[in-house]
Amino acid sequence: MIKFQMPNLGADMEAGTLVEWRKQLGEFLHRGDIIADVETQKGLIEIEVFEEGTLEKFLVKEGEKVPVGTVLALINDGKSEVTESTVSGEEIQKPEIHPIEDRKEIVHENTELGERIKISPLARKIAEENRIDISLLKGTGPEGSIVKKDIEKAISEVKKPIKDAEKEADKTKEISVKPSGPTSDAMRMAVAAAMSKSNREIPHYYLEKRMDMSKAMDWVKEANKDRPVQNRLLPVAVLIKAVAKALDEVPDLNATWENGLHRKNEINIGFVISLRSGGIVVPAILQSDSKTVDEIMETINDIIPRARAFKLRSSELSQSTFTITNIGEGGADKVFGLIYPPQVGIVGFGEISEQPFAEEGMLGIRPVVDVTLAADHRATDGLIGSRFLAALNRHLQNPEEL
Amino acid sequence: MTEEEIKTTIFQLLQRIAPETDPSRLMPEENIREALNIDSFDALQFIVAINEKLNVDIPEEDYGKTSNLKSLLAYLTKKLKE
Amino acid sequence: MSEMIKITYREAIKQAIRDVMQNDERVFLMGEDVGNYGGAFAVSKGLLKEFGSDRIMDVPLSESGFTGAGIGAALAGMRPIVEVMTVNFSLLAMDQIVNNASTLLHMSGGQLNVPLVIRMGCGIGRQLAAQHSHSWEPFFAHVPGLIVLSVGTHEDARGMLISAMQSLDPVILFEYTFMLNLEKEIPADSGTVEIKKAKVLREGNDISLITYGAGVYKCLEAAEVLGQEGIEVEVIDLRVLRPMDEETFLTSVKKTHRALVVEEAWKSVSISSEVVSRIMEKAFFDLDAPVERLCGVEVPIPYPKHLEDASIPQVSDILEKVNKMLKP
Repeated sequence: MIKFQMPNLGADMEAGTLVEWRKQLGEFLHRGDIIADVETQKGLIEIEVFEEGTLEKFLVKEGEKVPVGTVLALINDGKSEVTESTVSGEEIQKPEIHPIEDRKEIVHENTELGERIKISPLARKIAEENRIDISLLKGTGPEGSIVKKDIEKAISEVKKPIKDAEKEADKTKEISVKPSGPTSDAMRMAVAAAMSKSNREIPHYYLEKRMDMSKAMDWVKEANKDRPVQNRLLPVAVLIKAVAKALDEVPDLNATWENGLHRKNEINIGFVISLRSGGIVVPAILQSDSKTVDEIMETINDIIPRARAFKLRSSELSQSTFTITNIGEGGADKVFGLIYPPQVGIVGFGEISEQPFAEEGMLGIRPVVDVTLAADHRATDGLIGSRFLAALNRHLQNPEEL
Repeated sequence: MTEEEIKTTIFQLLQRIAPETDPSRLMPEENIREALNIDSFDALQFIVAINEKLNVDIPEEDYGKTSNLKSLLAYLTKKLKE
Repeated sequence: MSEMIKITYREAIKQAIRDVMQNDERVFLMGEDVGNYGGAFAVSKGLLKEFGSDRIMDVPLSESGFTGAGIGAALAGMRPIVEVMTVNFSLLAMDQIVNNASTLLHMSGGQLNVPLVIRMGCGIGRQLAAQHSHSWEPFFAHVPGLIVLSVGTHEDARGMLISAMQSLDPVILFEYTFMLNLEKEIPADSGTVEIKKAKVLREGNDISLITYGAGVYKCLEAAEVLGQEGIEVEVIDLRVLRPMDEETFLTSVKKTHRALVVEEAWKSVSISSEVVSRIMEKAFFDLDAPVERLCGVEVPIPYPKHLEDASIPQVSDILEKVNKMLKP
């Protein structure tokens, strides 16, 4: 039996609201299936499951807000012993250990049923398929029961605003609708919590290196020359790929610090996206090292609009192993980042700008970027950080090999 | 397509990318990306949108000609006449 | 479409008997008063003259005896039709039917088929009181080894016997005496009919009326009236009470999501009990309302007309029930 827990979707998350179960009891769950939607300070997140088994029991009802680590459901994997599972499948943050009595109480509380709703089997089936909350409906069937007709009415009412909105959107496609997401206050608090923790607990050290971007920029320009606009690359895709390769060489930075250094097998690079409404989200580009630059660009094209619409998946929010911030673009020359705990490093790219650059006794004007590394001194020392920057620079000078 | 129509289209596309801004208040020689706080990803989305809407392909070396309203308008008007 | 002819239920059965007797010399009819008297309900009138007393056989008043004789004849290679005057008397033959006819194939290790057809007059509505009117289809439908058919329409009156005679296993054929004089149109070339499947007699999307025997024409009449009110009723004649064809009514219920089962038999442990159980077992998640039943009142069938009428579902009861189910 697997205890499926409220995942930790980042150091700043303390609790989440279970908005909707996306699977039904008895359903077989495959690795990567989306089991639920959870509302966090960073929006509505689709929670994936990382085990296989049959959904045995819900322990938390839709609409309930529970702390990270709370067991949400039991998944029967055919084994009798109980294992714990967070969405990441990794020990990001252990939940507080409750005495057994406490847990029992939680389970009891959550499984207690309210008044039974009279609903026909067919109506229930249709309601479940269309995710209609039957507790809000008034039945018109025998003994006030909810029947098919009532559900169909509810569906049409739910769909109508969406349809209207779609129509509206079609009509005025050019005027984008602001995505619904968390309030900027909630977002602000989330960022505040994570960054305070970072600054409080992590002894940062900083390194900086100016890197010549002329080869990388030429390579991008060359690559884009024959491409339709839709397939064009941005320099940031090259930067992400170069960072991934450098991390592969310096694995101590692709790690977490939780009472010791834990290297991670996958290189999942978190990419800071600023939201126009304020705040940031940091979705991960999973397995950045094994993706080509083109694939990374595709991922960026997919992930940025979703991040802005608050439609990320749990794996994208919980599994990053290292972070890149690119805030310098269009503004600052350099950025010194704060590490996103429990990671141990963050690399910052300033604006790529033309600067005098000396090499082999010659001075020239070249596009350069100031790259910084902030790293956790508990986990690594400056030498490791320095090696990382050197490796990164080397990869940027050989873009064709990325 | 008249210059006014192109301008309207540009505003619509910018509005879609930066919903909380008012592109119509852009000054002709103001840097669009700076004024509307558009990053490189959104800038590329803008170029893609122009391509889809007006069927004008802006090669990368011409990106510099799209930095303000005045030059962008002139560029697109010229391209559309070709 | 072939030409239609008007025919009474009685005439349809008689034609069927003549057909099978003309086509197969092994066929003979035995029963109380089937010969000289022409049948208690005049079904076999004139057949004695046509086929002779060897083939139209009057028998003593001993249901157990002559049913047993029929079983023996069937075992010996004949194709007997045994007529039991009314279903009430069939209980006297129950031992032969259940302990011999239905079990011999099994008990002989598959060696002995009993190709016997037993026709029984049954049904309520002729003021024949508790001695001569009952709906005991459920008794027989309970017994494995029997094929139990219910003749609810004129087309089946014309064809079911012919098809039943082709069976190698014992068939119980329920005929409804109150319909004997009823005239309906059937295709002139009516003959063998399917005897494994129920039949959708009228299609509709709002509710399934599942019935058999005496309930069939009542349900069709109710459906006609409801149709004028805009309620589309699907009417299913079960026809085969054993082995029951559940597929037809399950398909219907999955379409209409509502079902009303109508029968004249007593409600408890009846055909409708079985139908409802199977809907629960196999179409539960397609139901939008509880399945309902209209059955016979659980009393001995009364003699007075108004009480007799009140003891079984009538068209007005069906109308009321359907309206209530659809417009709670």
